[in-house]
Amino acid sequence: MEKNVAYIALFAALIAVLGLVPQITLATGVPITAQSLGVMLSGTVLGARRGFLAALLFVGLVALGLPLLSGGRGGLGVFAGPSVGFIIGFPVAAFVAGFIVEKWRAGIGIASFAGALIGGVLVLYLFGITGMALVLGKSWPAAALLVGTFIPGDLIKAVMAGFITQGLAKLRPLSVLSRA
Amino acid sequence: MLTLTSPIETRLHTIAAGPKLAGLALATFGLMLTQSMWGIGGAALFVAGVYTAFGTEFARHGLRLLRPLWPFVLIILLWHGWTGEIAAGALIMGRLLTAVALANLVTMTTRLDDMIGVMERLAQPLARLGLSPRVLAVAVALVIRFTPVLMDKAGQLMQAWRARSARRVNWRVVLPISLMALDEAEHVAEAIRARGGL
Repeated sequence: MEKNVAYIALFAALIAVLGLVPQITLATGVPITAQSLGVMLSGTVLGARRGFLAALLFVGLVALGLPLLSGGRGGLGVFAGPSVGFIIGFPVAAFVAGFIVEKWRAGIGIASFAGALIGGVLVLYLFGITGMALVLGKSWPAAALLVGTFIPGDLIKAVMAGFITQGLAKLRPLSVLSRA
Repeated sequence: MLTLTSPIETRLHTIAAGPKLAGLALATFGLMLTQSMWGIGGAALFVAGVYTAFGTEFARHGLRLLRPLWPFVLIILLWHGWTGEIAAGALIMGRLLTAVALANLVTMTTRLDDMIGVMERLAQPLARLGLSPRVLAVAVALVIRFTPVLMDKAGQLMQAWRARSARRVNWRVVLPISLMALDEAEHVAEAIRARGGL
């Protein structure tokens, strides 16, 4: 019990930190926010249930008024804004990512990449695009077009999630709860 | 940690969080249903009026919170400028800005403690499913406490990187940051257990 609560809370904090740390750049020098990387890692490292709860706790604290979203955004306003789908999708994305790592007995790196790809990109964008289409009053394909430019960056993040989870599994095999 | 609550005391600060949130939910629902320019325009003017009634400093803070929306406003402008459906675009934009401003208003005038209080009350039925309100409270407190701690440590890792490498800090730093989160979680779990557990 204590262990679950501590891991869930610390990963909720990790999602926040990865969104607030500014200087992470890709190989090409393009700055990205790593917030969705944090969501992917919650799932791939903690597993479906705990990953879901970590992301849900994070979203809950944003709603309570803490400026934890990338760029220091937060509060109830973001739930009325165009990115609402992405924020609501965070817990589901983490769940799906964790579910795949738990069930697919491939190497942890490959399974984490697949989980991050399907949960953290595919599922997250389904939520995100739907939210944007509703808030901006556009058709689904039009909203997809608007956010499409961010998909390559998120594909790279899925690869990173694979490598990072693999690294953590090597360093702390007992702490990677999705496989422990 | 910094919250988004405004330090400028307004009359809205004195209203309890519960009624404010219920009002916000109703108002947002109403905005979604409103299809007339007059309705949305009136609501926008009313919200702007409430902000300015609390002073220019408060209103300026409110405007700053709306700034992240500018790319979307630009997209709507371009889109509807191109298709010629200006009225529909204005309606969407007005509804978006009003709804976000209204929600921000509640966040700006409600203290974190009060919000946590509402959350605990809402979570009470979950006690039957095995989630005690105490566990939820501990989890919330841990996140609030450890976000700045992890932030500091991440900053130190990045400084160490810069001191030793000619290359810019890149994504590889996320591995040690995540490792710290894992180790910290293990320590916290031990510390809670040592003090009698949850």
